[in-house]
Amino acid sequence: MLDIKRIPIPALIGIILTALFVLAAVFAPWIAPHGNGEIVGDVWEPMSAAHLLGTDNLGRDLLSRMIYGARITLFIAVLATVLSFSLGAILGFSAAVFGGWFDTLLSRLVDLLMSIPTLIMGLVVLSVLPTNLVTLILVMGILDSTRVYRLSRAVAVDINVMDYVEAAKLRGEGSGWIIFREILPNALSPLVSELGLRFIYAVLFLSTLSFLGLGVQPPDADWGGMVKENKDGIVFGIAAALIPAAAIAALAISVNLVADWILNRTTSLKGGRG
Amino acid sequence: MVEVVKKGGDTLLDIRNLRIEATVYPPGESPKNIVLVHDVSLTLEKGKVLGLIGESGAGKSTIGLSSMGYGRGGVRITGGEVILNGRDILKGGKEGFRKLRGREVCYVAQSAAAAFNPAHRLMDQVVEATLLHGTATRAEAEKRAVALFKKLSLPNPETIGERFPHQVSGGQLQRVMTAMALCSEPDLIVFDEPTTALDVTTQIDVLAAIKDAIRDTHVAALYITHDLAVVAQVSDEIMVLRHGRLVEWGGTRQIIKEPRQEYTKALVSMHDIEHAEQKPGATPLLSVRNVTAAYGGGCIKVLKNVSVDIYPGQTLAVVGESGSGKSTLARAITGLLPPEQGTVTFDGRPLANRLADRPKEDLRQLQMIYQMADVAMNPRQTVGTIIGRPLELYFGIKGRERDKRVAELLDAIEMGKGFSDRYPAELSGGQKQRVCIARSLAAKPKLIICDEVTSALDPLVANGILKLLLNLQQHEKVAYLFITHDFATVRSIADSIGVMYRGEVVRYGAKSKVLMPPFDAYTGLLLSSVPEMRPGWLDEIRSSVTAGFAKMAEMSDEGISLASGH
Repeated sequence: MLDIKRIPIPALIGIILTALFVLAAVFAPWIAPHGNGEIVGDVWEPMSAAHLLGTDNLGRDLLSRMIYGARITLFIAVLATVLSFSLGAILGFSAAVFGGWFDTLLSRLVDLLMSIPTLIMGLVVLSVLPTNLVTLILVMGILDSTRVYRLSRAVAVDINVMDYVEAAKLRGEGSGWIIFREILPNALSPLVSELGLRFIYAVLFLSTLSFLGLGVQPPDADWGGMVKENKDGIVFGIAAALIPAAAIAALAISVNLVADWILNRTTSLKGGRG
Repeated sequence: MVEVVKKGGDTLLDIRNLRIEATVYPPGESPKNIVLVHDVSLTLEKGKVLGLIGESGAGKSTIGLSSMGYGRGGVRITGGEVILNGRDILKGGKEGFRKLRGREVCYVAQSAAAAFNPAHRLMDQVVEATLLHGTATRAEAEKRAVALFKKLSLPNPETIGERFPHQVSGGQLQRVMTAMALCSEPDLIVFDEPTTALDVTTQIDVLAAIKDAIRDTHVAALYITHDLAVVAQVSDEIMVLRHGRLVEWGGTRQIIKEPRQEYTKALVSMHDIEHAEQKPGATPLLSVRNVTAAYGGGCIKVLKNVSVDIYPGQTLAVVGESGSGKSTLARAITGLLPPEQGTVTFDGRPLANRLADRPKEDLRQLQMIYQMADVAMNPRQTVGTIIGRPLELYFGIKGRERDKRVAELLDAIEMGKGFSDRYPAELSGGQKQRVCIARSLAAKPKLIICDEVTSALDPLVANGILKLLLNLQQHEKVAYLFITHDFATVRSIADSIGVMYRGEVVRYGAKSKVLMPPFDAYTGLLLSSVPEMRPGWLDEIRSSVTAGFAKMAEMSDEGISLASGH
């Protein structure tokens, strides 16, 4: 049904780049020339045939670190996004279907959470809780789910008043059927395009946390953490910190290109052409 | 009214071999060209009215708009000539169109409420085209507009121009739009379904106003509608179109009395369904007693003390205009809007007020079919899922047994079992409504509430649906509560009738009694407002309807607004 030739060029670039990042992350141990924590040379060696991107502040191979970093970055961001979507969408749909005090309580709670800047909230919570992958994913997922909640509630409120939902209620269907079989399939397209954007926010949020020292802990490092490790080199004209920063930017742009395309396809009346 | 098509008269509009195409973008396929109008030719003399009639997709609006050189949303005129006042307007280019539109040709749209700019006063919009073309000064144009308001019998013609569009009723707005079209004194007006969105008692007023204005100003008109009875009142000639092709073209009397083509005959003899009235049984199936219901926590009373009975295997038709509370009655019976007072008894036992308190068995016995079939079905479910779901839910039928039942039901609604894998978007309007009927039948209910089920359909398709419903009633012994605004439908299918007006049942009883004079004021008015398919009906009926309005105005404390077309 989907013809590759008809995918617009920006979306194609986005798909290829995203696929490259994902492949690198999945097959990291086989692709990376060196181990993640292996010290292979001098501190901040320039790019060479032996070390394509040079070495980092401890003399580890930067290319290998980047590949392993992609793995950690994508793993955390994907899980956090999945968590925020399942939580936000299910609660948002339920609020729209049940209404009444359930809706009011949840919506005000979400308002409360959203009134505190996400970064500050994240910093406070993470500095209190023990820093490990599980808490990191939970905190990111829950904070992000407030945005998904808002969107899915707004979409579901519109669908909930359609005749086919009323027909299902008249038929005596339970809430589970109404949420998952009547509303979800019709709310999917705005949610899927939002998924791309929220994923990128998760990557940026993780990078910020790691840069501030509250994210992934050494010796493992995501891209944000690698920027932090190598930031002192910039003073000496060493570009090592810019490479993970560029990777974050490239991932953000490529995923957004794909998300834009999906958004265009699902909202356009002409099926996304032109 | 001239009955014979006179040739060689003073020709105003001459369309020759008009061909109109559009590009469609079916999802997942490459764009393709489709032909909307196939080589249609017509001529219109000065001061005459030609009615263009056909079902949706017949190309009637497209042809109408082409007379001002306009194609809606990507529609292109690819062949033929449109000669107006001796010039081919298609050769005039953009500048030519600007000079033409609003001066030689004007357009009256179906939905006046959507066509007026809500931010400007009516007068500014009425005289806009005249001032733009510089044919009159503002004072002259406004004087002309006031005269037109008078002619179209709008209330307070001197000051109504000062109002904003939302401050007048729908029927009045439609008349103001007619004044807007007449104001620049064009040679031709295109009326695109001007009364379709109005209630019958309002429609008759607007229709009469339009007819008078056309007669007095000697303007020629193309009158586009799907309602043969309406077009018979205003036009000199009628052109029947189907799928973008000409079916038949002749004088109004000839088309109505002696149609030559099969399709025209079908259109003319549409209300041929006969349903012999049945005597009410001993005990009613559903009994509504003194039900009062309100929206907004009791603030807005929409049902006042309503009592009706429905007998097993019979049809109660509830008729009324928009806002009469007939759909609210359905909501009160189904429990979607719990009544404030009164009781609903079903099959000898009282029904719980709230939907959530009703046992599944009660829900199964009472099914509903909606007006808009396309929003009554989940667009992401196949026909098989839609029809099969009640089987699963109520009877626990699954797998092959379910598929077999679905096939039987598809058979019962006269559709093949090949449809079960299709999505609603892949069905026509009539097929969608049939699937909705099958879904309600799957539950084996005792009562089906039909809420305006044929209103959104083309007349011939609607006729088929009514026949199907009557057929199913005979086989399944199901009772219908049939909600409609259309008296023709009521006549063909009802056993008993309830007439609703402002939340009250003003007349109720067996069909033969309700339709038998003497009538109460409202029922009489409603009955006489239903257009009849014979030329001259409008002229005959106007005096009695005007009297009816006056009587209603005396009766009702809010009668003024009714008489002025709310």
